[in-house]
Amino acid sequence: MTDHPMPEPLLSITDLRVAFATRGGLVRAVDGVSLEVRAGECLGIVGESGSGKSVTFASVMGLIRPPGRIEGGSIRFGGRDLVGLDPAAYRRLRGREIAMTLQDASTSLNPALTVGTQITEVLLAHAEDLPAGHGPRRRAARQRAIDMMRLVGIPAAEGRLDDYPHQFSGGMRQRMMIAIALSCRPRLLIADEPTTALDVTIQAQVLELIAGIRATLGMSVVLITHDLGVVAEYCDRVAVLYAGQIVESGPTAQVIAAPRHPYTAGLLRSVPVLSDLDRPIQPIPGQVPDLVDLPEGCRFLPRCALAHAACHAAVPMRGLGAGRAARCVLAEAAP
Amino acid sequence: MRPALLLQRLLHLVPVLLGVTVIVFLMMSLTPGDPAEIMLANQNATPEQVASLRHDMGLDRSLPVRFASFVGNALRGDFGQSLFHRRPVADVIAERLPATIELSAAALIFALLVAIPLGVVAAVHRGGILDRLATVGSLFGVSLPGFWFGILLLLAFAVNLRLLPVSGAIDFAHQPPTVTGFLTIDSLLSGRLDSLGNALAHLLLPAVTLGLPMAAILMRVTRASMLEVLRQDYITFAEAKGLSRARILALHALKNALLPTVTVAAIETGSLLGGNMVVETVFGWPGLGRLVVESIFVRNYPLVQAAVLLYAVTYVLVNFVADLLYTVLNPKVRM
Repeated sequence: MTDHPMPEPLLSITDLRVAFATRGGLVRAVDGVSLEVRAGECLGIVGESGSGKSVTFASVMGLIRPPGRIEGGSIRFGGRDLVGLDPAAYRRLRGREIAMTLQDASTSLNPALTVGTQITEVLLAHAEDLPAGHGPRRRAARQRAIDMMRLVGIPAAEGRLDDYPHQFSGGMRQRMMIAIALSCRPRLLIADEPTTALDVTIQAQVLELIAGIRATLGMSVVLITHDLGVVAEYCDRVAVLYAGQIVESGPTAQVIAAPRHPYTAGLLRSVPVLSDLDRPIQPIPGQVPDLVDLPEGCRFLPRCALAHAACHAAVPMRGLGAGRAARCVLAEAAP
Repeated sequence: MRPALLLQRLLHLVPVLLGVTVIVFLMMSLTPGDPAEIMLANQNATPEQVASLRHDMGLDRSLPVRFASFVGNALRGDFGQSLFHRRPVADVIAERLPATIELSAAALIFALLVAIPLGVVAAVHRGGILDRLATVGSLFGVSLPGFWFGILLLLAFAVNLRLLPVSGAIDFAHQPPTVTGFLTIDSLLSGRLDSLGNALAHLLLPAVTLGLPMAAILMRVTRASMLEVLRQDYITFAEAKGLSRARILALHALKNALLPTVTVAAIETGSLLGGNMVVETVFGWPGLGRLVVESIFVRNYPLVQAAVLLYAVTYVLVNFVADLLYTVLNPKVRM
């Protein structure tokens, strides 16, 4: 992080609330999340399954479907509010300005269509600078698809357009999904658990690829993961989600060096460190609370070793200076 | 599919068809009642005359010998003489077959045209009014007996409203010159639009009667498989690419959802032939089904035997075609 004034954020989410109607009651999957993504930066989103990290960004993509509903808040992207945006305008935005990759490329690519179809269709749907006429348009889209496949490191790209996803290896499929997502050179890429489904050796390749393309295209990246190691390596800033709320956010290096929320600290203690294998791994005791019937106070309270009387009342996010914030009564601004 | 593989699949058909032939032959041979005695039952024939006829029909030879000669003759297209028509069975069947194929094809087209759009709409608007109507309607479609529904249609459209003809495949005045035996095709070949209109008017009610139960089943299969497909990651990814709703449904979802529909359609096409007997009888359709019913009544064994064998062979071949279609829809099967 530098000290020069912050540019207008590319994406800014304010007090977002998303709930799902279930038989057991209203599940508040996202409950007052606010965050910003600045132009060109990489923001890490960390949290367990069910913490609301994927739902938050499905909301950004406009992909919340009934029984889910955005109950309140705003999502500003490039100067306009996306909540309540009409479907046609949203379609023009998705894939062109905001792109998303999903966790598992082997289930996210359509098994019945060639990868060529799946990448050119995005270009044909969005790209405005393709030549006129059916034939020339298609040829230009194919050429651009090949260029993008080369960019993500797919060997012999021009010969692979007519292949089906099952003819690619796991790592190549992931690259293909990234190529599809980036084909219209979006301003923001949301990568939802891009490495979870991959072998360890390929994980690093895919992350390096995303980092490299981010630099080449100058786009912003949101990296959704449950792996703090990935965040430490690739993200400028990080936001930690717990039970539908952000519990801590700030520049990655500082958050990891000195976490200000007991949950972040717990997450760090539960990750094995290669340089210090003697240090015991300490899992966080207890379980994520039921999102239907949440207590008013701190949501981490039942699992917290530092529980306090003040924790039973609602705990707001506290600014700690230097771009940091934490949702804990014990967090104090650095002197 | 590669030619070698196609050949291999075709060779797989040989043992199946042989098995079918054995079963058909045994069924006819082991049915109680001696054809020779039945044929001569009302003619006060002497035992010598019966024995002589048995010899002429080859019934005095052993079962294996009779089977071998049955197969040998069948391979040359010789199914013996129709006892009732005093003409070769093959000729009699060939005369009636086009009408049945025409009716089955019309029923299949009707079923697919109704089932696929309705199944897709029902799945997309799951729980909506159209979905419920379609579900209830399909229950009726499956449950209504063909002979009753056919008579109902006849009463409504032919007898009361006088919009459509009561029976037959074409009116004598509109009979086109016979080229293929298919009335619609012959009408087109001879350029007689009046014949075409007349043939289609005759075709409508029997095709609807025959196709309705199939449409009902296919609608349910399409709906269920569409619901399954719409939950897949690749649909979410397609949405994230900003594609139009129409493209997502018609290409990304339907191409995958049609796999079970094609399988069931093939099985149902096989059973269309069985349903034909009832529908052809109700509508006085000059097809194979009615011929078989008539032949059973007059104990015309050679014809029934040949027809049953034809049904079985058709069934097997239709499923073979479904396998081929499968490879078009599902690239993973393509090798």
